[in-house]
Amino acid sequence: MTEPILSVRGLTKRYPGVVANDGVDLALMGGEVHVLLGENGAGKSTLIAMLTGLQQPDAGDILVDGTPRVIASPREALRLGIACVYQTIMLSPTLTVAENLALGEPWWSRPDRAKIAAELAAMREDLDIAVDPDALAGDLSLGQQQQVEIARALMRGGRVLILDEATSMLTPAGADELGALIRRLAARGLAIVFISHKLNEALAFGDRVSVLRLGRKVGELTPDHIAAQPKEATMAEIVGLMFGRDRAEAMARTPRPASAEPPILQATGLSLQVPGGVGLKDVSLEVAPGEVLGIAGIDGNGQRELAEVLAGQRVAAGSIRLAGEAIDGLGVGARRRKGLRYLTDDRHHEGTVGPFAVAENFVTKDVGASPFWSAAGLVDKSAIGAHAARMVADFDVRTPSVATPIGRLSGGNMQKVILARELTGEAKVVIYAKPTYGLDVANTEATRARILAAAEAGVATVLISTDLDEILALSDRIAVMSAGRIVGTVPNGPDARAAVADLMVGRVAA
Amino acid sequence: MSATDQTLDTPRSRPPFGLTRLVLTTLAPIVAALLLSALVLALLSVDPVAYYAYVLRRGLTSWLGLQATLTRMAPLLCLAASLIMAFRAGLWNLGIDGQFLLGAVLVGATAQPLSTVLPQAAMLPLCILVAAAAGALWALVPALLKAYEGVNEIITTLMMTFLGISLANVLVKLLFLDPATTVPQTRTLPVADRLPTLPESTISSGLLIGVVAVLAVHFVMTRTAFGMRLRIVGTNPRAAVHAGLSVPALTIAVFCLSGALAGIAGAVEVLGVQGNVRADWNPAYGLAVIPLVFLARFNGVAAIVFVFAFSILSIGGESAARRLGVPHFFTLVVVSILLIALALAEYVDHRRRQRTT
Repeated sequence: MTEPILSVRGLTKRYPGVVANDGVDLALMGGEVHVLLGENGAGKSTLIAMLTGLQQPDAGDILVDGTPRVIASPREALRLGIACVYQTIMLSPTLTVAENLALGEPWWSRPDRAKIAAELAAMREDLDIAVDPDALAGDLSLGQQQQVEIARALMRGGRVLILDEATSMLTPAGADELGALIRRLAARGLAIVFISHKLNEALAFGDRVSVLRLGRKVGELTPDHIAAQPKEATMAEIVGLMFGRDRAEAMARTPRPASAEPPILQATGLSLQVPGGVGLKDVSLEVAPGEVLGIAGIDGNGQRELAEVLAGQRVAAGSIRLAGEAIDGLGVGARRRKGLRYLTDDRHHEGTVGPFAVAENFVTKDVGASPFWSAAGLVDKSAIGAHAARMVADFDVRTPSVATPIGRLSGGNMQKVILARELTGEAKVVIYAKPTYGLDVANTEATRARILAAAEAGVATVLISTDLDEILALSDRIAVMSAGRIVGTVPNGPDARAAVADLMVGRVAA
Repeated sequence: MSATDQTLDTPRSRPPFGLTRLVLTTLAPIVAALLLSALVLALLSVDPVAYYAYVLRRGLTSWLGLQATLTRMAPLLCLAASLIMAFRAGLWNLGIDGQFLLGAVLVGATAQPLSTVLPQAAMLPLCILVAAAAGALWALVPALLKAYEGVNEIITTLMMTFLGISLANVLVKLLFLDPATTVPQTRTLPVADRLPTLPESTISSGLLIGVVAVLAVHFVMTRTAFGMRLRIVGTNPRAAVHAGLSVPALTIAVFCLSGALAGIAGAVEVLGVQGNVRADWNPAYGLAVIPLVFLARFNGVAAIVFVFAFSILSIGGESAARRLGVPHFFTLVVVSILLIALALAEYVDHRRRQRTT
């Protein structure tokens, strides 16, 4: 057996009250893609932080080529050949690709464009990394920016490449492209660590799988083991390891029969011009109480605009009726009071106010409303605190306290907070935009269960998602958006997947 | 997960606001700043001990000095209230000097004529209202540009300040000139008609207006629904739109209130201390208050403490300037050094906390 490039033994890291990593062993082989799986808070990020010099372990060893090393800083990690690509891009958008690649050089040296261009050309040859060295980093797509980051890692002699949820913000096609690039890099002899929330992806791109749970490594699936059994068996095994019990079958669901009740939300002929965007073109839809209308489509085809128009954040031509009453003239607050709720897909920048306490974030959409504020507009902090405590318990929000700034919580817990905010009170119609985007398996499942439970209770649901499996799992009817239009609506059922796919690519459904 | 939220879901250890931390982040930089300023004084061949002793005596420990200090606080507190309101709402109103001066000039123009027809109890509130309206009006242009066109308010408020200072001068020299004097200035309000002094003292009751203004703004921002809306807009405008808040309307409201408070500062200074406005008069209090409000981290109570300390330095420093030959703006040098020292201490503290987590 060959020597691992990087291995860790008994790595332990404690934070006050939490053991983030507890005696973790890991061996990263050259030429192998090692998938790291685990729920939010399982300790993946802490492990990566220790490998890249951002955090120091409390116990255990990190060995590079068999020699114990102290990785004191990210710079030291880079020197040892350990590079990391994060889910959010760390390039300067106003600099060109070549300038970004030269940023690690001493400040007095001029960027050697010719050399960088030559190296990029070589990478294009070997690895199919296709980026223009003179393009502004900010003009590149997310996938291309990741390629630049990978190129940077390679230019600095990276031998261990860590991809920390690198596919979570990519389109499915972009993720496949990145997966292919990862395979080419592994073929060159690099050791790759691939962290993802998506089991499918993990198995498609990975050779070996390690699962972390509550800071411990609870299992490792070797390449031979994975190859020896069907994919479904491996998935069930991984899910079992991640959650400690078999929850795999809980994810399937059959759609309910069409609702007999009249629609509660009716939108007719919504049209909107957006400079530089697709906008909306004559969009009409209806949802009945208790019904789930899925809206499928590739991201950026008007879904966000539709959600914002329905919620009252944008004004469009056309008409919107809620329970028969025209609400076109009403703003977000008035529509919310009538029971129309909107769960945004951008929980970090739109859904929450990061520096505000968790407790305050539960009520940011009810400022001034009873019982949290008096009629004179004075805050009742105990009422807000009590409400928050109840919500934290009901929605299983993991937070040190309700006074913790919400920006410190993980994405999954943030999502629970904004779900709680949209589902409490008189919710009659809820629009969910990509509700499980970037969440781990457990939180995805919990969120979907909430959506279904609300629908069972009679909430009319508009579910916007780019994840077709999610749409198929939850919806009763499925509308497909393309270029700002709804190009067709089909009932959910065995034939729905094919019908939706046809609509998405512009073929008329049979 | 990115590197920045790596300690997800773990209660991040945050050293409590213990004594050590207080010493490190507040007392140490203050002492360091005073020592550094002493060094500068020594280089100017001024005895630092004598200087500080003089500043303290003339600004704090003598009754006469303390009264002057407390009177000086009045406009500064109103300006602090104006800034806290705007800054907490995420709007950088750097035009308070222009708003202050226009408020002052309009009070200078109207106070004396009004005092001849109205009783003092009606004249004073009316003058304060006039000043508030003037300040709010001058803040309206940046407010509209920001609210509807997204024009950066830092630039527009600074520009409006330059225009405001010039306009104030033009008004004094051309329109509101007191024909009875040779120097260009507005009609002087008789001492008897000015803001009453506090009992048994020469302290202007403007001090009370200032304290009430700061505390009221602090209360509004931390305890009311209006303040909560403003803080959401100030911290995350996208979340504000998402929550259904009218960002343009709130922006305009904040600018007008902030401008009004700056205008009231001008009224307090004219009605309490100056009695008139001379041409080319511009105390530029706003520039001094901005760093104080930052030091106080937009907290009203802390702002009162810092304004008090600055006023001691300011009043004491003016006396010391005459006596010891130190330029009177040396007060600002001390404040600047203090600001840098406190910022450095905060940086060190931040680094230290990062290492321990």
